[in-house]
Amino acid sequence: MTEQPAPGGTTAVDAPLVSFTGIDHAVLAKRTRRWGWVQYSSYRHAAERPFLGSSLAVALGNPILYLAAMGLGLGSIVRHDVDGVGYLWFVAPGLLVSTVVSTAAQFGTWPIFGGFKWQRTYLAAQATPLEPRQMAQGETLAITVRLLVQALLFWLLGFAFGAWPGGASLLNVPIATLAGLAMFTPLMAYAATLEEEGLQFSFVQRLIVMPMFLFAGTFFPLSVMPLSLQWIGWISPMWHGTQLARMASYGLSEPPWLVAVHLVVLVVFFVGGLWAASRTFTRRLVR
Amino acid sequence: MAVIEASDLTKTYGDFTAVDGISFEVAPGESFGLLGPNGAGKSTTMRMIGGTSLRTSGSLRVLGLDPEENGPLVRASLGVVPQQDSLDEELRARDNLIVYGRYFGLPKAYLTKKADELLEFAQLTDKAKEKVSALSGGMKRRLTIARGLVNEPRILLLDEPTTGLDPQARHILWDRLFRLKEQGVTLVVTTHFMDEAEQLCDRLIVIDHGTIVAEGSPQSLIRDYSTREVVEVRFGSTRNAAMEGPMRELADRIEVLPDRILLYAHDGEALLDEINRRGHTPLTSLVRRSSLEDVFLRLTGRTLID
Amino acid sequence: MAPIRARLAARPRWLSSLYAGNARAVIGRGFKVIRNANWGIIATGFFEPVFYLLAMGVGMGALVGTVPGPDGAPISYAMYIAPALLATSAMNGAIYDSVNNVFFKLRYSKVYEGMLQTALGPMDVAIGEIFMALFRGLLYAVGFLGVLAIMGLVTTWWALAMIPVALLIALGFASLGMAVTSYIKGFQQLDLVPMVLLPMFLFSSTLYPITVFPEAIQWIIKALPLWHGIELMRQLSVGFFTSGTLVHAAYFVVMSVVGIAAASLRLRVLFLR
Repeated sequence: MTEQPAPGGTTAVDAPLVSFTGIDHAVLAKRTRRWGWVQYSSYRHAAERPFLGSSLAVALGNPILYLAAMGLGLGSIVRHDVDGVGYLWFVAPGLLVSTVVSTAAQFGTWPIFGGFKWQRTYLAAQATPLEPRQMAQGETLAITVRLLVQALLFWLLGFAFGAWPGGASLLNVPIATLAGLAMFTPLMAYAATLEEEGLQFSFVQRLIVMPMFLFAGTFFPLSVMPLSLQWIGWISPMWHGTQLARMASYGLSEPPWLVAVHLVVLVVFFVGGLWAASRTFTRRLVR
Repeated sequence: MAVIEASDLTKTYGDFTAVDGISFEVAPGESFGLLGPNGAGKSTTMRMIGGTSLRTSGSLRVLGLDPEENGPLVRASLGVVPQQDSLDEELRARDNLIVYGRYFGLPKAYLTKKADELLEFAQLTDKAKEKVSALSGGMKRRLTIARGLVNEPRILLLDEPTTGLDPQARHILWDRLFRLKEQGVTLVVTTHFMDEAEQLCDRLIVIDHGTIVAEGSPQSLIRDYSTREVVEVRFGSTRNAAMEGPMRELADRIEVLPDRILLYAHDGEALLDEINRRGHTPLTSLVRRSSLEDVFLRLTGRTLID
Repeated sequence: MAPIRARLAARPRWLSSLYAGNARAVIGRGFKVIRNANWGIIATGFFEPVFYLLAMGVGMGALVGTVPGPDGAPISYAMYIAPALLATSAMNGAIYDSVNNVFFKLRYSKVYEGMLQTALGPMDVAIGEIFMALFRGLLYAVGFLGVLAIMGLVTTWWALAMIPVALLIALGFASLGMAVTSYIKGFQQLDLVPMVLLPMFLFSSTLYPITVFPEAIQWIIKALPLWHGIELMRQLSVGFFTSGTLVHAAYFVVMSVVGIAAASLRLRVLFLR
């Protein structure tokens, strides 16, 4: 017996479940090859949206707390000018850079690892024309936006405290973002290599981020410490960023070669990290 | 005397009623089942028996005691195998058994011997020193069950004991549970697997939306709420609904599911012959024995697993 | 099991649902976990206050010079902040153990679910976990005091009393923390914890005297526990006491009693649902 059409017309089951409109896959693939990294960054922004409230609270709360406590409170017991300026002017660029770099370090670890291990975002994206390299670039684009916003909010709040001598301090925003990226991309490259959740990120926090915050010239010039401790600053994106921020803010004077070193170190960390992340992402996803 | 007596047991979370006034008794040495779909209230009932979930109303006696007033004393006689393994990931396999035994106040000398015996029971002797995270899903499940036996419980509560296990592992586990039953342990099992309920339970209650919809032995439930055999026929998505009329003429009771039609009959083969003879040849067909799945469908109009 | 059942059956009625008198089993587990734990993570946990002391003591010390101590006599900046860092580290450790750790074990690792399937009661678990928090606090306090001694910042035998006081501070925060944890619903609420601890750390005379603030703000700070802990520690570090000493100590005794009472009342909500 052959299939008979059902009497009484079609049922819901008969209707097509998915419509096909004739998408041109070749054109789409080409677009993704060009713009995939931007497409990916919009995923990260969407994923972070539920946390917007607490992110904003931290982005607004930290500057107020640190400027009040360190700039005003601690500053009140500092006997002399530092670097020829009052303590608040001295410490404000350091606080701005260090909070931005700390945020970058935080986002370069758990969220990246989680994207491979828990949410498995990268594995999902890999089923699309996106390439691993573009995911690393997309993450970088997303964090860049975040760091810019955070730095800008810090800078605006700093005015209420009188933390900036002049408008040139606005340059602190791109400088801090660059320093943050110099921290973010190498950590992202490392996070992509971890298979198991372990203690690595606790060590990153306790042995890299925390010492950097304390020893890399945020609260006092490196020169007041013994030489045996100054190297911590020299290898820290935080210190290089802070020094540039101080130049922009109150005109800290440094020899041109040192300025070049600051810039080169930050750019090398950032670009090298991004290159390494492209490789570790690819190695993790394509095997 | 019953080892568990529940009367009008109720548990609500805010507006949601998880368990809605159920009453049952479990006799010593019995193997008692709670059968129902996910979210029917089985796990909550189990947790109330152990006194780790506080009931909203009703009364509950376990070994003659109220588990809410005497949690530690009641649990001293219980073995609990929760739905999700709650092994201590920070300890090694054998230490999981020993430390767990210490929670009962058991002496170390007893536990060192008991741990080895239980590892053997769970076929994990060579994994004694492994970290829990290094064990496979089936191994973790067996370790959880072994752990539930460390205090030589009089009642063993098993919440979905074989969910997530492969067929071979399930049969090994059922075998272990049979042996415990032979040793006089009372088993209380929740499951949404029909075959498991039929294999393990002397008697069971069928729970849906927090209430009991039927009670009895697996055989009596099948006898009362179903027929001896079932014919499953598929006609393809375009013809399924249309065949309802012709099929209804052939059996006293049929169920039309989105993808197939079930016909209940004493002699399935004869019925299938009749279907073919009338020219209603299905795309595929299956004749099988009736199961608790059919009982549940009959009682609630729904299948157990969506 | 028979003698255990007899012992449990003999417990007074008000305790029979809460406490099996077996917190030592929970403590036994804690020590087994520490033995299995990564020593690096235990060691680096102790670095934070030490790093603060080195950086601020050496670096900021060069900018600040001396500050007036509890008795008015000038002391080095490192000596000024050291007791405050010990108090802060006792607070942070206790809160981390009683809030973050307890919440994680409750909801994710299911350690407490396993414990409460046994003859343990919620109070056994709570006592055992608070004991372990205090033990970790003891390790870190002894280590930190050792660092102070090496740096030549210990000038009086009274400084030894900083160890029990660190435990008292930890007890106050841990018991209150456990009560607070019973109200926490999700991981996101844990983000609020640093929002409470960080301002307390930054403003409670840790790094500079609170006299730099207007009087109204000073009174708010003085109402908060960390300030009392820091003042008490600071007085012990130089062996100088005032009538305030007793007030500071009493603050923590009361806080511990209130915290333990609150935690006990919330135990059923915390562990049984």
